[in-house]
Amino acid sequence: MARRRRFVLPGFGLSLGFTLAYLGIIVLLPLSAAFLKTAGMTWSGFWAATTSPRVLAAYRLTFGASLAAGFVNMIFGLIVAWVLVRYAFPGRRLVDSLVDLPFALPTAVAGIALTALYAPNGWIGHWLEPLGLHVVFTRLGVFIALTFIGLPFVVRTLQPVLEELEPQFEEAAASLGANRWQTAWRVLFPEILPPLLTGFALAFARALGEYGSVVFISGNMPMRTEIVPLLIITKLEQYDYSGATAIAVVMLVASFVLLLLINLLQKWSRRFYHV
Amino acid sequence: MAAATASLLAQTDPRAVLARSARDPAWVRWSLIAVALLFLGFFLVLPLAAVFAEALGHGLAAYFASFRDPDALAAIRLTLLTAAIAVPANLVFGIAAAWAIAKFSFPGKSLLITLIDLPFAVSPVISGLIYVLVFGARGWFGPWLIAHNIQIIFAVPGIVLATIFVTFPFVARELIPVMQAQGTDEEMSAVTLGASGWQIFRRVTLPNIKWGLLYGVILCNARAMGEFGAVSVVSGHIRGETDTMPLHIEILYNEYNFTAAFAVASLLALLALVTLALKTIVEWRHQRLGRA
Repeated sequence: MARRRRFVLPGFGLSLGFTLAYLGIIVLLPLSAAFLKTAGMTWSGFWAATTSPRVLAAYRLTFGASLAAGFVNMIFGLIVAWVLVRYAFPGRRLVDSLVDLPFALPTAVAGIALTALYAPNGWIGHWLEPLGLHVVFTRLGVFIALTFIGLPFVVRTLQPVLEELEPQFEEAAASLGANRWQTAWRVLFPEILPPLLTGFALAFARALGEYGSVVFISGNMPMRTEIVPLLIITKLEQYDYSGATAIAVVMLVASFVLLLLINLLQKWSRRFYHV
Repeated sequence: MAAATASLLAQTDPRAVLARSARDPAWVRWSLIAVALLFLGFFLVLPLAAVFAEALGHGLAAYFASFRDPDALAAIRLTLLTAAIAVPANLVFGIAAAWAIAKFSFPGKSLLITLIDLPFAVSPVISGLIYVLVFGARGWFGPWLIAHNIQIIFAVPGIVLATIFVTFPFVARELIPVMQAQGTDEEMSAVTLGASGWQIFRRVTLPNIKWGLLYGVILCNARAMGEFGAVSVVSGHIRGETDTMPLHIEILYNEYNFTAAFAVASLLALLALVTLALKTIVEWRHQRLGRA
């Protein structure tokens, strides 16, 4: 009765009840299955499944290539966001819409397209091949695929912040005698650091789990170009469910730690911008 | 006040000098634009162009012949069916979640919002794996499902479930901020005027959230039709039966049937372009409404 009076609008019980039930069935129940499955393993079994040389090689490649791709996206994402917000040039709006392509293009399509481009006879590949640069079926290919899928994150987290940064700050710095470089480093950089790191973390997190765009270009050679998600699928196909789940739990924990970090970064950003 | 000060300042000369010194010189501007466009050209435009070039490289006849393959048609049908179930399911969920979160206050709300976003943090492959653990032959409900002759994994229901999981947050995360910004005043007035719950939603809430809703549905649909990793784990890859379009692309590609693979891929690339165009239009409409 008391609850009825507190909420004037109808539908609280129905909407929250449905939300919790749907969330429980679709997300929480299946996710808990992964953790419960590993809880049934012995510690030594879990350790063996998650630290064998082949698995360690896959972690190294996945984390290394994701870091490198995130870093490249941080630098070029900053330039793209800056150019899109601050400069006027023909086709700016079209370029702006195109930035989201990696979100909209299915990963399998991106995978075969990148492979076709960088193959020895491809548009880009036939220029790189004489230089001794092999992309397809190498770690460089993994890095390129992960750069593609992480591209929008830094641009899209930086854009709203740059739009809010009024040129007055820079004019004030200039009026106090700062040159353009000093202004960029001392005035702009501290402001854009939190969203820059947030975008990097988002791109990195996405790259860790990426599968579709990588498998075609990587060649999937164990110990050399095998990423962690592919290793999970390989184990499943060999009916090694415990092995697959143990690796999955390691990756899930890594993702959840990153999610926490991203939330903290966003809180840090919001301290400066009350958005 | 601030505007008046600014316009006053703009008339004075030193200000113009300052504005110039706070701007980047032309050579910096143009080289940064060139770097940005080159980067996007290499990473976005070339892959997109490659899809259509490879698909049409052997002529229009070969391109259209790819769609006469019954397996390709079955894959297109399955993809449409999957999206037709997953998108409405997540749409209903998104509206319910946003209604509960935006219109009422209750403890644990921020935790609930975090949990709704959770599927975005999970690798597509792991999204498929967890459904195998629950519904697979050796999973939690495996023995029961086999006893009742129900197949979920390596069948269409598994594909639909995995797709619902990976597209779970799209509508909810677009609607929650829009509905929170809207507040409850208009709905409250409708209640005092004697409107029923359904009337309030349809006549008061829905017109306010329609752009956010459309935006969420567009993104949700694009992901539902294009999902590869999660669906790959639960599908079983039975040609003509449990192959969605992305999975069919993989099969054709691995058989070195590149023209057909890129032909199917070109349909998904077109879908991506339509998605981007609709997204831009919705954003544009939304911004115009915001300023009005």
